[in-house]
Amino acid sequence: MGKMDFTGDQLIHTYRQMRRIRDFELAVYNGVRRGVIAGGPHLYVGEEAVAVGVCTALHDEDYITSTHRGHGHLLAKGGQMKPMMAEILAKATGYCKGKGGSMHIADLDLGILGANGIVGGGLPSAVGAALSSKLKQGGWVVAAFFGDGASNTGSFHESLNMAAAWRLPVIFVNENNRFAMFTPMQWTTGITDIADRAAAYGMPGVSVDGNDVLAVYAAASTARERALAGEGPTLIECKTYRFLGHYVGDPQDYRTPAEVEAQRENDPLLRFERVLADRGVMNEDERLDITRQTEREAAEALQFALESPEPDMSELVKDVRHPFNPL
Amino acid sequence: MTDRNISYLQALNEALHEEMGRDSDVFIMGEDIGLGMGTLGVTEGLRDEFGPERVRNSPISEQALVGAALGASLTGSRPIVELMFIDLLGVCGDQVVNQIAKAAYMSGGKAKPALVIRTQQGVGMGLAAQHSQSLEAWLVHIPGLIVVAPSTPRDAKGLLKTAIRDDNPVFFIENKRHYPIKGLVPEEECLIPLGKADIKRHGRDVTIVATSYQVHTALAAAETLSKDGIEAEIIDPRTLSPLDVEPIAESVRRTHRLVVVNEGCRTGGYASEVAATLGEIVFNDLDGPILRVAAEDAPIPANLRLEAEIVPQPKDIESAVRQLLP
Repeated sequence: MGKMDFTGDQLIHTYRQMRRIRDFELAVYNGVRRGVIAGGPHLYVGEEAVAVGVCTALHDEDYITSTHRGHGHLLAKGGQMKPMMAEILAKATGYCKGKGGSMHIADLDLGILGANGIVGGGLPSAVGAALSSKLKQGGWVVAAFFGDGASNTGSFHESLNMAAAWRLPVIFVNENNRFAMFTPMQWTTGITDIADRAAAYGMPGVSVDGNDVLAVYAAASTARERALAGEGPTLIECKTYRFLGHYVGDPQDYRTPAEVEAQRENDPLLRFERVLADRGVMNEDERLDITRQTEREAAEALQFALESPEPDMSELVKDVRHPFNPL
Repeated sequence: MTDRNISYLQALNEALHEEMGRDSDVFIMGEDIGLGMGTLGVTEGLRDEFGPERVRNSPISEQALVGAALGASLTGSRPIVELMFIDLLGVCGDQVVNQIAKAAYMSGGKAKPALVIRTQQGVGMGLAAQHSQSLEAWLVHIPGLIVVAPSTPRDAKGLLKTAIRDDNPVFFIENKRHYPIKGLVPEEECLIPLGKADIKRHGRDVTIVATSYQVHTALAAAETLSKDGIEAEIIDPRTLSPLDVEPIAESVRRTHRLVVVNEGCRTGGYASEVAATLGEIVFNDLDGPILRVAAEDAPIPANLRLEAEIVPQPKDIESAVRQLLP
């Protein structure tokens, strides 16, 4: 399905997926500000086109590994808002029974191997899941999300090399939002375009406008075909930007409000709204309608989470390990 | 039941051949293993029988190697990783501690990291400080990891097979000095349960808990002690975590004396853990303190005489036992 092959309905669905992420994250943001969500979740506001562009190119049987900033990936891969919000509030009804939390949400049935609190920590797992696909002839690919900061870790280096050496079906999706936690990328990285690293490992690398959901989709789609054809991994660098802090509460001393405001002109939702309007696919009323629905879905998810029970104390020691298999 | 006298190495090799033949989802990866031999020969013949897809030579990339096992195990495969030296835990620590060990818990019990990491530890080859450590204490400290350290060929074969079939992440710790040791192993299917200790020698005067190669050191010490009429009971935990406490407690209730022997450094070592655990349970049955016999708190030196001296020897165990006797 190439760029030009989206039907009107598919374009609207893609917009809705981005809108869902935006409104979910804003609900989380407001929850923290209101004092009903603890911890400092890492929000995806501004990067929606990357998760949605990639996950639209994936099939249900494909897997993803995610990051500490994973809510967008999880929603785009099919995560439901209620159990996600419940997990962020660490309630018993969450995806992980309240024991994983924002940074460790996983659902294997949806192909979500997990968000990850360690920068670069999920990349080796992605390689392994792709190895499994090859060994079992399972026919799935693995999309591994990671940021500009993670691209400087040893884990990144080892994972890309192994995937290339073994020709594994991995799509390495780099979300270059220009800041690794509080530090601008250019202070800590010897290169400007992370896609340039691909050649060093023996795989193709492409740098795309990460705020153009159709461009991300096209690159991911091509990478998926390559992977399934046995041609190995691809590195896709998605240049993007996060509008909120590293976590909720981050004082953001590393950039000015003016810079953030200027970047808002490039908001991936705004840009896609213009694309859909230009193509006559979605008018303002339809857009408002979708927004009301997603806002309501997010509000209901927060309400569900707030009303959900805490995990029972007995959960503290459960699931540390599985019972030994009988012999 | 037919028993054969085979080496620890051969027992491991048999276990791998049998389990890979039994279940096509089992595969093995590690450094140098695909050439057919591996560093120490445990994987001999596997590549010829099962092919290069299932017997993989990995790059020298312990993070990717160990972490890939997690991803593979969560997507229907049953990987075995050969981590060449336990000293390399420092290289792949995050994947072991933060990813593999916590996958089941953080996912609310959904993830089943059905993987085995085979590694080896200990002195005996003069490889010095970075290649001779015994680091089971690091692993035992992390909830979620199963840690086994078989000391005999039969235990090695039986536990490796069980570990491969289990859905938990199992660290299977071999020892350099084990590989040539011969012992009886049945020809028939031989599975040994995880979490069960084994009494390697019965005795009435003192309980010695010994791990890995120190089981053999303790057996040697027991022979010498026996000549003086002191009969030692030697218990091999086999699974270090979770520890099978009850047989040890039951033994101490009879002997009233406990010595714990472990090749790791004394401070923060596995012997400390066993001593503290048993101390809470059998305090009133003890006639004296629980003694630890462990390596000196120093890196392992290159010199072979120093290397032999730094880790427990039979004389060290004999000395500890005699300290406890009137």
